[in-house]
Amino acid sequence: MSIQVSSNQGYEHYTVGAPIADTKAPDGPIEERWDRRRFEAKLVNPANRRGRTVIVVGTGLAGGAAGATLAEQGYRVVQFCFQDSPRRAHSIAAQGGINAAKNYRNDGDSIRRLFYDTVKGGDFRARESNVHRLAQVSVEIIDQCVAQGVPFAREYGGLLDTRSFGGVQVSRTFYARGQTGQQLLLGAYQALSRQIAAGNVELHARTEMLDLVVVDGRARGIVARDLVTGKLETHLADAVVLATGGYGNVFYLSTNAKNSNATAIWRAHRRGAYFANPCFTQIHPTCIPRSGDHQSKLTLMSESLRNDGRIWVPKAAGDTRPPNAIPEAERDYYLERMYPSFGNLVPRDIASRAAKAVCDEGRGVGPGGQGVYLDFADAIARLGRDTVAERYGNLFDMYQRITAEDPYQVPMRIYPAIHYTMGGLWVDYDLQTTIPGLFAIGEANFSDHGANRLGASALMQGLADGYFVLPPTLNDYLARTPAVPLTPDHPEVEAVATEAADRLAALLAVNGDRTPDSFHRELGELLWDECGMARSAAGLRKALERIPELRAEFWRRLKVPGTGEELNQSLEKANRLVDYFELAELMCLDALHRAESCGGHFRVESQTPDGEAARRDEEFGYSAAWEFNPSGPPVLHREELVFDHVHPTQRSYA
Amino acid sequence: MNLTLRIWRQPGPDAPGEMTVYQVGGITEDMSFLEMLDILNEELILRGDQPVAFDHDCREGICGACSMVINGRPHGPERTTTCQLHMRHFTDGDTIDVEPWRSAAFPVIKDLVVDRSAFDRIIGAGGYITAPTGSAPDAHAVPVPKEAADRAFEHAECIGCGACVAACPNGSAMLFTAAKVVHLNLLPQGAPERRSRVRSMVAAMDSEGFGGCTNTGECATACPKGIGLDAIGTLNREFLRAR
Repeated sequence: MSIQVSSNQGYEHYTVGAPIADTKAPDGPIEERWDRRRFEAKLVNPANRRGRTVIVVGTGLAGGAAGATLAEQGYRVVQFCFQDSPRRAHSIAAQGGINAAKNYRNDGDSIRRLFYDTVKGGDFRARESNVHRLAQVSVEIIDQCVAQGVPFAREYGGLLDTRSFGGVQVSRTFYARGQTGQQLLLGAYQALSRQIAAGNVELHARTEMLDLVVVDGRARGIVARDLVTGKLETHLADAVVLATGGYGNVFYLSTNAKNSNATAIWRAHRRGAYFANPCFTQIHPTCIPRSGDHQSKLTLMSESLRNDGRIWVPKAAGDTRPPNAIPEAERDYYLERMYPSFGNLVPRDIASRAAKAVCDEGRGVGPGGQGVYLDFADAIARLGRDTVAERYGNLFDMYQRITAEDPYQVPMRIYPAIHYTMGGLWVDYDLQTTIPGLFAIGEANFSDHGANRLGASALMQGLADGYFVLPPTLNDYLARTPAVPLTPDHPEVEAVATEAADRLAALLAVNGDRTPDSFHRELGELLWDECGMARSAAGLRKALERIPELRAEFWRRLKVPGTGEELNQSLEKANRLVDYFELAELMCLDALHRAESCGGHFRVESQTPDGEAARRDEEFGYSAAWEFNPSGPPVLHREELVFDHVHPTQRSYA
Repeated sequence: MNLTLRIWRQPGPDAPGEMTVYQVGGITEDMSFLEMLDILNEELILRGDQPVAFDHDCREGICGACSMVINGRPHGPERTTTCQLHMRHFTDGDTIDVEPWRSAAFPVIKDLVVDRSAFDRIIGAGGYITAPTGSAPDAHAVPVPKEAADRAFEHAECIGCGACVAACPNGSAMLFTAAKVVHLNLLPQGAPERRSRVRSMVAAMDSEGFGGCTNTGECATACPKGIGLDAIGTLNREFLRAR
């Protein structure tokens, strides 16, 4: 069956393949599924583990935790990061906190409630079995991290402090000031460092995965580039784990680190791993707006600011008076007006779309009119400057450093920015992709957040996957898969290495007149306009038409100086861009095919009469897993979602 | 604003390097220092020259990748990371010197990029608490006094950028090592390995070729995270106790 979604060039259509019949989730009571899976898993004799090699790509929360744990279990781990040290993975930048259903507050929290909140927060597009398991292991994560010496915030009695986050009604977020990601990552990094020093993990820093080696239908290794010498290396193993994070940088401007990229997951996709729900991207409402065309990245300001700050824009379009000169009667506190019961605390997607709407009306503030005020004047009057400083001082300092404006005197300016990607490689209950032996963990997979992620849940999922979920399921895979010797001169291995080398050579050979960054900016702007906060069929078709043109221009006009046999940051960027172009097309196609609004995906054609997102469960109650097709359009495999425990309801925040 | 940049260019680890002069124009106050270098690099690429290689990643002051000596000071004139330094701290017509971290233990890889893997090896020598996955008791089994938790946190804030080493006339890594020792040795969870940790980490630090500490305090002045010189005092005390 071939379905026409666009009459333009590029991905004109897609075909529908067989639905995904088996997600490997055990049946039976949901509370017992994870125990059952672990009991049914086969084990590898400890004496035999040393002879089995596992490649782990990435050293963030998921990868660092997995590498350390697998090495503790006795496997030989070979691990990669493109940064100069595993400690610099972008998990380090997470601010807010980590959720866990500890119920230390005795405030009615439970595993079931965390499960419920996550499924509902994800707008009913996640798999119940996986989410329940995440809630179950959340309690172990906190124990593990405390044992490692993670200095969580504590109360005077010496017990752990928690706060509430992201609109949930319980206080289940553990935190370490505004640097929770840093502290959790250092915990994982230190555990990994111990295994490196013990010789159980072979670390390759400043080494970037360029492609996946699949032999006889199984993932058996990677081709990677030593970023210092430029040398291409082939590494072979019994299984490969991708912990390479999300793909938010396809937008060029995002809160991701500059070098975070999608190459590992995209190359795996091209080798046979399905890519699920690429259009599910999260836009965070409180980032510092861009200050000009030179902008290289966006900086997030913790969502907690909305607890005390009031968001407003001038009532009149084109009002350029400074904020303090605009009288109260001429301000529009639009979230409080539109959503009187939730006010400034509506979920991320709603706050973001509302900001875009007022800016589109010409009421935005700051350079280019792309900003809204987040005003603490009332909070300072009510609580006093000291209390506000105690709660948000570090954020205010960060804001002032970047903008040179004092938020104690002048309202902050904020604007939404790309922050997280819920989509990713499709994985089954075991976190295995559709390529046997290839596993995807953390933000790299699509597993647990559905169409929208709740605050403080990314750290939880990364560590859950790395410490507790992957090790037993990978163990089971290795126990059931006999060790088959493989050498780098195997024709299928050599072919992958040759392909990677050819691609780099082709990028160097173009010798045109445009830099990699100039293409990346242009692609990012196109995606932000047409596949960002609000998406329409017409806009997505326009993007699907434009991306292949831009890609053709890229291969005609790209300029990469230097050679492939040295540290060459331009070549690194260009190589990542090749994959961004293809991924961007699939994102737009996925967004076009999903003619409903849900979570972070807002289709302007699918709204309720009062302008809210309208989900269409009958038609779209599935995860869209896309299969790469080298000779034609992508193939859609639907994973129908069944909700036995959390009944789907339409979200309402009015 | 228009600026004159004098940047250390070195094609590779074994090649000689030199300060090279560049003019860059159209710089605005809101740009970060790295965005100013982005602009220079875009121009260099279009001219067919090699762009200046430098380490950077999060650009929000937490990953610790960026590492430049600006006008003789690690991370430049403000107490922050290079990525969080903005051009409003410079004036039109300035000449700015940009160099890599200067330390024998951090060899130059290319231009402004240096090898800081010695830090990873110091951590690997003992900068951890042995707690294999799955072995942990309940998080509330051992209360930790708030004062100890807060002080541990303040030292755990180290981002491993290496500014302390670059600032030290002796190229000493004492502040870096001390920060980790204080973080872990203050916590009850870190107590069992307290002595072996400090001994092993100090031995690793010495064997990596870092210099000795002579209490000049430049490290603490340069630290973008404000880790204080008192950490080194604690390290010395822990070291003496562990002998």
